[in-house]
Amino acid sequence: MQLRTYESDGLLQYRATPQAVVLPGDASEVRDVVQACADANVPWVARGAGSGLSGGALPVQEGVLIAVTRMRRVLDVDLANGRIVVEPGVTNSEVSAAVGPTHFYPPDPSSQIVCSIGGNVAENSGGAHCFKYGFTTNYVTGLELVLADGAVVTLGGKEVDTPGYDLLGAFVGSEGTLGICTAITLRVIPVPEATKTMVAFFDTTSEAGEAVSQIVSAGIVPGAIEMMDTLTIQAAEQAVHAGFPTDVGAALIVELDGSRHECDARFDSVVQICEASGATAIRIARDDADRAAIWRTRKAAFAAMGRVAPNYYVQDGVIPRTKLPEVLARITALADEYGMRVGNVFHAGDGNLHPLVCYEGEEEAERAEELSGRILEACVDAGGSITGEHGVGIDKKHHMPRMFDEPDLAAFQHLRCAFDPRGLANPGKVMPTPRLCGEVPGPYRRHPLERDGIAERF
Amino acid sequence: MKAPTLRTETPQSALQSAELLRSCADEGVAVRFVGGETKPWGLPGSDCAVRLRTGALDAIVEHNQGDLTAVLQAGLPLRELDEALASCGQMLALDAPWGADDAATVGGLIATGDSGPLRHRYGAVRDLVLGVTVALSDGSLARAGGKVIKNVAGYDLAKLYSGSFGTLGMICEVAVRLHPRPPAQATATGATGDSGLLQEASLALTGSSLEAQALDVRWENGAGAVLARFAGIAATEQAEAARVLLAGTGVEATCVEDDEPLWERQRAGQRSSDGGAVIRVSGRPTRIAEVCDAAQIASATMVGRAALGLSWIALPAAAPGDLVTAIAKLRNVLAPCACVVLDAPEAVRAHLDPWDRHDDSALALMRRVKQRFDPTATCNPAIFVGGI
Repeated sequence: MQLRTYESDGLLQYRATPQAVVLPGDASEVRDVVQACADANVPWVARGAGSGLSGGALPVQEGVLIAVTRMRRVLDVDLANGRIVVEPGVTNSEVSAAVGPTHFYPPDPSSQIVCSIGGNVAENSGGAHCFKYGFTTNYVTGLELVLADGAVVTLGGKEVDTPGYDLLGAFVGSEGTLGICTAITLRVIPVPEATKTMVAFFDTTSEAGEAVSQIVSAGIVPGAIEMMDTLTIQAAEQAVHAGFPTDVGAALIVELDGSRHECDARFDSVVQICEASGATAIRIARDDADRAAIWRTRKAAFAAMGRVAPNYYVQDGVIPRTKLPEVLARITALADEYGMRVGNVFHAGDGNLHPLVCYEGEEEAERAEELSGRILEACVDAGGSITGEHGVGIDKKHHMPRMFDEPDLAAFQHLRCAFDPRGLANPGKVMPTPRLCGEVPGPYRRHPLERDGIAERF
Repeated sequence: MKAPTLRTETPQSALQSAELLRSCADEGVAVRFVGGETKPWGLPGSDCAVRLRTGALDAIVEHNQGDLTAVLQAGLPLRELDEALASCGQMLALDAPWGADDAATVGGLIATGDSGPLRHRYGAVRDLVLGVTVALSDGSLARAGGKVIKNVAGYDLAKLYSGSFGTLGMICEVAVRLHPRPPAQATATGATGDSGLLQEASLALTGSSLEAQALDVRWENGAGAVLARFAGIAATEQAEAARVLLAGTGVEATCVEDDEPLWERQRAGQRSSDGGAVIRVSGRPTRIAEVCDAAQIASATMVGRAALGLSWIALPAAAPGDLVTAIAKLRNVLAPCACVVLDAPEAVRAHLDPWDRHDDSALALMRRVKQRFDPTATCNPAIFVGGI
């Protein structure tokens, strides 16, 4: 019965009960568990907080689930060098708390108070502040790993550019398929001197999108720039009552941070650009409470959807920013075709779109998923991606061939096979079809007949 | 056995490059990739029968101005790219030196993971490459990543190939993130002859909330400086704030508006004169004074990225034997920080491991990566860490 606690992650439509769940307390216990799995040829899945949205931590029925939730120690805080070393079960918010008030850790997924850094590493998590600050991968400078054969590997450290392949870059975002990390060294940075937040309201998402383009091409790099459409504004407003008008087409939240001088000067430009792009009203956060209210509205958007529809499906696609109007028009057309409502929340700076496909009863779930898939296709057709931050996991692996051809997938498999030739780490995720790793071919040797010029190899 | 004749190939497309690699792999001959030939780094490598020039792949395939992204072919000279982007007020924020005749190419920059002062603000090659198209020695042409700035679909091979020195296959095309060119720039400098004080001043800036475009240190002939460059409409005000902060630490602080020569000198410090050597030290912000002192003892100059802990020590020209001794001394003093030899006469790079990489489980993993991607060891063999 207790095993069923772990049958799903944040994506509840997939369920699997593992043979066993282990909760290691430190790195050596992780190693022992992975080694035991290797010896018995049993697959395993690593799990952090289980808040992922692509089924990446879905257990394998015949395998072991390794949950790192007990590994919650902060191992080292080194602010002079801008580094913190943590165990994988530490939550995202705890990292910023441990280096505050002078420093912070920028990647801030909406689930930051529960999600684990280990999970963030696996998924290369983003958040609202990616456009300026980047993703998890831009902040991981060192990892202690256990590979599927039980080998302990140290990549990087507090220093950057350690000689050799950038295996850190390959590991972050590999969704638990290359190994499990037991210690993570992160870069943390000084808290910006000033932060200014505003929300501008527009009649249409196209106008708001135009404002985003103008802001970015003016060389302004907002700490965050987020768009919500009518449906999500209405839902969020019902939930948090922040005083957003519910009859507008779009809300654009813009937050500038940095030096006070730069912030002040830029903020005026942003206001002007929004007005010139047709903003009907602009609300500037006067204090921290006001700023918090604006963000509460944005962060409530997913959960608040429950108020306008009994069920919804969260999608995560990416498009080139300039394609926003045409992709949104396409989404509207698709929603009409399916007779379903779709709300949109958009990390506007980096083109990361979160359509929320609403549906009524369970009998509509399949159609909602189909619509959601077609939205992804529209994103790929526009030159984008099937996932910006939620990962491929189990949920999107069948969409991988939309984006990648066979040689691309074969190259992915080369990496997988170098790390985990037996495919024991999180099998069945990311890749659209199961693949095996062949033996490593030996070095090329010329056949004696070739060498003597008697035979030729074709 | 007939020694293979050395030949140069200049494929006209990525597809041709892949085909060429396959035929070389089948023949059992190795291929050396050649871009602008400005960075002859790494181990001297084994003999390669084929030199594959990327020169014909020199197009800007896409410049998506509104999206601030571009798709570039490997052989494109960085100078040409910069001119094209400048005309639209944009830039690729990777300002590593362009080398002799400004010959450095996009492919060479990506393959070596080289960087310049802008890395402080915009990140390294790995942080700005969004996607890659690579030709593998099995003749396949593989893509990873994409053209959008946020994307987590599939493995991030763009990072794996960044800094891979062409040992996993040929980088044919890359998608990169661009940035607007800043309208105005100003630099605050803090000079001192005391390396300890230099480090203190540098740490004061590193830990401050001032957002610098670049934050460097330099050391030469017993004198050093911290340089903090600011960009944007409030550049001057920010530089002034940095000057005040620097002055508070006891260094001699000034503001410079016409600051380009200062930064040109920082970039130049990452390269050596003929017969000299450059060592890149992967250090920490709290070890800057030690790096300055080590450079001083070796009569070398040093430039570094203060917040990244990364520095370049340029040893003056000397006999190869003397360079080897000097490098060994530097490594001894700065251990366990990796001291990678970049520019150096071939005799030096043949005599010591330029990579300063210990044989450990990570290197074993790197060997397995090489075996999977290039099982025939066709691509740039024996130049990388551990003789990969």
